[in-house]
Amino acid sequence: MSALLDVNGVSKNFKGLRAVQDVSFSVTQGEIFAVIGPNGAGKTTLFNLIAGVFKPDQGAIAFTGARIDGHSPDEICRRGIGRTFQLVRPFPTLTVRDNVMVGSLLRRHERAAALVQTEEVLRRLDLYDKRDVLASALTLPDRKRLEVARALATDPKLLLLDEVMAGLRPTETDRMVRILIELNRTTGLTIVLIEHVMRAVMALAQRVLVLHHGAVIAQDTPAVVVRDPAVVKSYLGTEAVH
Amino acid sequence: MTSLVFADIPVRGWVALIVAAVLLLLVPPFANDYVITVLVLIFYFAFTGQAWNIMMGFAGQLSLGHAFYVGLGAYAAAALYVHFGIGPWIGMLAGILISAWCGAVVGFLAFRFGVGGVYFAILTIAFAEFARIGFDHFRWVGGSSGLFLPVAQFKHNDLWSLRGNPTMFYYVMFGLMVAALIVCRALLRSRLGFYWQAIREDEHAARALGINTFRCKMIAVVISSGMTSIAGVVFAFYYNNLFPEQTFHISKSIEIILGPIIGGIGTLIGPIIGAFVLTGLSEGLLDVLATLKITVPGAKQVFYGVCLIIVIILMPNGIWPPLARALGLTERPERKP
Repeated sequence: MSALLDVNGVSKNFKGLRAVQDVSFSVTQGEIFAVIGPNGAGKTTLFNLIAGVFKPDQGAIAFTGARIDGHSPDEICRRGIGRTFQLVRPFPTLTVRDNVMVGSLLRRHERAAALVQTEEVLRRLDLYDKRDVLASALTLPDRKRLEVARALATDPKLLLLDEVMAGLRPTETDRMVRILIELNRTTGLTIVLIEHVMRAVMALAQRVLVLHHGAVIAQDTPAVVVRDPAVVKSYLGTEAVH
Repeated sequence: MTSLVFADIPVRGWVALIVAAVLLLLVPPFANDYVITVLVLIFYFAFTGQAWNIMMGFAGQLSLGHAFYVGLGAYAAAALYVHFGIGPWIGMLAGILISAWCGAVVGFLAFRFGVGGVYFAILTIAFAEFARIGFDHFRWVGGSSGLFLPVAQFKHNDLWSLRGNPTMFYYVMFGLMVAALIVCRALLRSRLGFYWQAIREDEHAARALGINTFRCKMIAVVISSGMTSIAGVVFAFYYNNLFPEQTFHISKSIEIILGPIIGGIGTLIGPIIGAFVLTGLSEGLLDVLATLKITVPGAKQVFYGVCLIIVIILMPNGIWPPLARALGLTERPERKP
């Protein structure tokens, strides 16, 4: 079984700070894979290495069998990795529909075809009714879903979600979880997510990677990881598991 | 292509556009030369404003040196005409090529090395200033003493050589303004237009969506500079004289950008409305002052300043967006969530 995404011994330093140290994992086609860890553990840096924002100092990243480390973010997106930003970055003065159109036009050069795909994605993300609203007028839960919709419109094989549940109320979290599970089931989309909301991690992920001080301290199924003493000590605390 | 240009315009929009176009086409027989020349100037600013808007309004790259491209177009066509007798329409091709190439150089230097925002604007000023000083010493095109096109009393209009009375220039400039509007609408609604707007709003997010931002920004600069030079060619044949000190002066660049700023940056009608408001009102004001025999040096500049202040305070997005809403002319009425 070949991996869709293969991260092999990746490290990244920022002026002496070892943000990511020798991290290796692989994600198979159709899997939902979570990356958890305390603040400052290097989760977002790891995402930025995969998405091409930074070039790793050491190690290799392969996607569908080909090296992608050091490629530009736009090149990596064109190869099939969509990503969202932890701090949402909608195009504020464009409508919700036009935001998603930008993503959709990547693989559909005709306006009409892109519009069809856009509306389909908007329906999936429960944003269809707000399609003509300016992105700047959306509430945070809507912005988070817009972020996912826009990335999804580029037809990724792999979706990188950086804390899409952060700041959401439990009902909104459940809505996002339901949407992501539905996406994964119906389209076979592979998802890697960074998440603090353990309720979502437990519901979604088949496997979990735990980072601490930039290094991997555990990698297993959610049920095993939450009982791992090192994980409990460094991240979850003794009573945190829901 | 036609669907890209003409689709999604509400009925009211069509009516407004057609009424405005018909009215403007009917003006010359009823107007004196003064009114005609003012309108030529308005069309000129509407056209150059539209071209500048591609870079700033669509793609978010602030150019404060668009006089550079006007001047390159003007000088290229005028020099070819004076020295080799080559007509302005052929000269225009040369002007567009030279101008677009120079735009590409400015763009490459900026975008390759990550120069953005204010620093990009300074770079565009620098190039216009290089040209101003360089052309002062460029003997072949007259240097600082200027380049003059032969002027004679024209018995008939010669469209091919752009020699004729103001009414001919009126229709030429009107045609260019309409063409610019059509081209810009097609561009804005195309894939490229969406990509430009994405870059304008958030370049990092745009890259994460697979957009080659360098390439898109380069295309914006090349189209904008090439288009601007077209106005320069007509300008040269209309005024028949060119001086580097005036043509490339920063005040000319500023004049180009005031229209779209006041009319509405990033909108299609904004540059046109802005040109009408600024040039129309300022020329009207000068006319009133002249009739009253009051001489106020710098009255036009003061007027521009006042217009800017009023618009910035009352309509920060320019005149067009609120006006369009009031007239029910927005492309897609916003629905309540």
